[in-house]
Amino acid sequence: MPEQFKLILKHVDAPGYTPDIACYMRHGGYEALKLALATAPRDLPDGKKLTPKEVVREDVKASGLRGRGGAGFSAGLKWSFVDRRSGKPIYLICNADESEPGTFKDRQVIHKDPHQLIEGMIISCWANDVKLAYIYIRGEMPKGARLLEQALAEAREKGFLGKNILGSGNDIEIHVHRGAGAYICGEETGLIESLEGKRAYPRIKPPYFPAVLGLYMCPTIVNNVETLCHVKHIVTMGAANYAKLGTPNNTGTRIVSLSGDVQRPGYYEIEVGKVTIGELINDPNFGGGLRSGRSLKAVIPGGSSSKVLKAGEVFKLNRKGADGQMTKVDVPLLDLPYDFDSLQQAGTMSGSSAIIVLDDSRSMVDTLANLSEFYAHESCGQCTPCREGALWLAKGLHRLSHGEGRKEDAAYLSHIAQNIQGRTICAFGEAAAWPVLSFVKKFKDEFEAKGAADEEARAKGTGPAHGTRTAASPNKH
Amino acid sequence: MSAPAIPSPAPVPVAPPPVETMTVKVNGKTLQVPKTMPDWQGKPQATTMLQAARCAGVDIPHYCYHDKLPVAGNCRMCLVEFGTPMMGPDRKPVLDEDGSPKIAKSVLPYEPGTPRGAIACATPISPGMEIYADSPATKQMREAVLESLLINHPLDCPICDQAGECKLQEYSVEHGQAGSRFVEAKVHKPKAVDLGPRIVLDDERCILCTRCIRFTKDIAGDDALGIVNRGSYNTIAAWKEGAFDNNYTLNTVDLCPVGALTSKDFRFKMRVWFLKETKSVCTSCGTGCSITIGSREGVIQRYEPRENDGVNGPWMCDSGRLNYKWVAREDRLKDVMVGGRRSTWAAALKEVSAKLASAPKGSTAVVASARQTTEELFLLKKLADKLGAQTASVARTGEADKLLVAADKNPNTNGAILNGFAAADLPKVGAGIAAGSIKTLIVFGEDVTKHGIGSDLLAKLETLVVSDILPNATTAAATHLLPGAAHAEKRGTFVNVKGRLQKFTKAVEAPGDARAEWEFLHDIVLDVTGQDGFVSIEGLFNQMAKEVPAFAGLEWAKVGDTGVNVPL
Repeated sequence: MPEQFKLILKHVDAPGYTPDIACYMRHGGYEALKLALATAPRDLPDGKKLTPKEVVREDVKASGLRGRGGAGFSAGLKWSFVDRRSGKPIYLICNADESEPGTFKDRQVIHKDPHQLIEGMIISCWANDVKLAYIYIRGEMPKGARLLEQALAEAREKGFLGKNILGSGNDIEIHVHRGAGAYICGEETGLIESLEGKRAYPRIKPPYFPAVLGLYMCPTIVNNVETLCHVKHIVTMGAANYAKLGTPNNTGTRIVSLSGDVQRPGYYEIEVGKVTIGELINDPNFGGGLRSGRSLKAVIPGGSSSKVLKAGEVFKLNRKGADGQMTKVDVPLLDLPYDFDSLQQAGTMSGSSAIIVLDDSRSMVDTLANLSEFYAHESCGQCTPCREGALWLAKGLHRLSHGEGRKEDAAYLSHIAQNIQGRTICAFGEAAAWPVLSFVKKFKDEFEAKGAADEEARAKGTGPAHGTRTAASPNKH
Repeated sequence: MSAPAIPSPAPVPVAPPPVETMTVKVNGKTLQVPKTMPDWQGKPQATTMLQAARCAGVDIPHYCYHDKLPVAGNCRMCLVEFGTPMMGPDRKPVLDEDGSPKIAKSVLPYEPGTPRGAIACATPISPGMEIYADSPATKQMREAVLESLLINHPLDCPICDQAGECKLQEYSVEHGQAGSRFVEAKVHKPKAVDLGPRIVLDDERCILCTRCIRFTKDIAGDDALGIVNRGSYNTIAAWKEGAFDNNYTLNTVDLCPVGALTSKDFRFKMRVWFLKETKSVCTSCGTGCSITIGSREGVIQRYEPRENDGVNGPWMCDSGRLNYKWVAREDRLKDVMVGGRRSTWAAALKEVSAKLASAPKGSTAVVASARQTTEELFLLKKLADKLGAQTASVARTGEADKLLVAADKNPNTNGAILNGFAAADLPKVGAGIAAGSIKTLIVFGEDVTKHGIGSDLLAKLETLVVSDILPNATTAAATHLLPGAAHAEKRGTFVNVKGRLQKFTKAVEAPGDARAEWEFLHDIVLDVTGQDGFVSIEGLFNQMAKEVPAFAGLEWAKVGDTGVNVPL
């Protein structure tokens, strides 16, 4: 029977476990930091010598750790892109702007085990020669911000932070910065702009890659909360042991936020790829199945911006056979291993590892209208396709879900979304477009039927009073 | 410096250092482009796709991009499909059957069948890159951007002040589609917003390219503008209503590609296609910004900056831009007056010439104005030399700023100095009149009563020849009043504070009998000195270039629209 593997959540929700430093240290807290600071230089077979900091950076790369924020990019590789020759300070930012609908994993750590994050950050700072780091926390998490401030003060008092930490000769400081309630601040360059005190307009890349031109135009690392926590465990376990967790190229553990039409919504930590979507939904250790009498309709597998998967879909996945040859095998939705690569091959993504389950009581039109309203509300409005397209989609869907649909709306919506994806400054364009593209493609009949029914009602004069189109547009201010 | 400078020898042409280039292909045409080109501040940076396309003579449409502003990349109008040489696993280019490198077109990573565009304004070129600025995919991207820009834009061009010089109109015709699929309600935003004393904003017309914000922040150094609200409701605003009030606000009207920002002075005054455009120079200070005068039926309607990297770049200040109304003032001097009575040019010039010719050497003084053209000053100097006259001009100074405005409020101080007129000599003229040694005074374009030569002194003169444009106490005291022309009514040159000599041409006719000063000065000089040979402005300028060392080697025809630097 599939089970949770609690690495990050080991102490979270454990009876008697409190977020203060004393409790953390009773449970082995800050030992990883001491271990990291005591790292020995390493001789490589080719005669090169790695400094202790380089050793930790190499270990993070070797651990196979992939970013837990959404893109799933190799954390070690991201660190290796940092411009270390510019002479400018290097900054580290913890992205704690957890805002993707359906995602509620980082806040568990922040609220219940903040020192784990701080320890992971201090190690990451040390390994990357960072003297100043920020935790950019979502504005809607005031308690989390307070807890972090408190935890930082405790760490400072114990000498884990500040000047000459633990007598190692390294100065490291971390500050908490609260956002003001915009989803776009989770986009790393938007976050950096916001941290600089500006409107959170994501930057164009090129030239503003954070690793070279980040915060205050200095090299900057931006990592997710969960990612930084994993750094601590990589140091404790060693890269090789860490890499044994999960599956090849999908190492370690991941916290899955499970929500929607399941019996036991919640957060579950799994070894990446060791549990399938079906198990996450149905196993008593996880979702515990759908509500009685209901059947599965769709799964949004990686946060609301990921492409929806339809019940009954079968995907072609690459599998390495016993002979080492790659073959394509058919994998039904429920058997999809929950990892980065399988979901990508299924045409979607594991994103922020938030699974939203939809049963047959759900209208896909209404669901999509809800999602699109969110993206229209949160589009920063900097670049044309997203600014105009996101609200256009939301308005069209509002109309369709309020009885003023047209049969051609399915194609209409897809065309609008096609003109957004890939043409924007940041990935928000995809976030706004993908739900629409996937919902309409996979549930085309439902969208067309809704439009056709509305047309018919209008023809008979039984449709809603005219005005949806001109009056209540989504998030009119 | 009052003595004419010794002309420096013509610089020996030095071959510029070889420019490192890169091979790219634009619309199928292979060309070499420099690896670096100037960015908005003129610093060499990796050449962008947009710059490379320009090298190939291909213009990529854009809204937010501007040569002299930081790159924003927000409008997405310059998205182009492109390809780069395909790399093998050995990091070497993969070759086609014919030996040419195989090109991998850029596609969406998650949808390999769909082209992925790059913004040409900010994407650096790479060796072997192919830019498809007119491919179906590129055209579709432009169409989509235009469709998006238009869904919430009012479609009321016939009543929009920008019509005729609107990039949204132009690109819609060139790159857009005729129909719209939009069936939803439009977003409504504030109309006729009072951004500042000179600017009105129509937020519904705004396409949020942020040119105005970037200009105001990064060029004018004022954080007055920003965006409020979010997403499709984004709205340009001043931090406080009416707070957009620096001396450069009107540049945002030029920068605005649509009808969102309008000038209170010009809006709804004139359809732009009725305007005659004349190249000229602003006279409000010693910077001498290159301008374009827009006029209709003999009346100036507006000044706009004319791009000149040697002087003002693409900008000009608001005070200079709005300083044109005096040209059309009702009280302009229109009549030739002799002894307080209306006369004719022929009669007046004859009398003036006669009086000057008979004046004892040294009994005359000439007060010229550093607002006159270099050619006029040259002629006046000739006259003064013949008469042995004391010469002087009038200094006019005020506040300078960090961008364009100079402390010197005369447009041609250096033109005056190079021709031998110095402001420091003005007290000598007053002293000469007071002492009775100066009996004849020639004043051009200055009210000397405000500069130490009061009406009591003027009353002591036997002859006071005055030429001016507007009436004042000096013109009132003139025995001979010769109505002159504003810069917009004639041709000539100014030399700015940094030694930039610029030509300007005639936009409108002078009122009444008023004439360009150089024309009648020529007649007087001919009569008094016997020197002739410069009846046209070209001939006059070329003659001046022969005689005044600072202008050595110059020819009217060879001075381009942006002028030349002369040694000071």
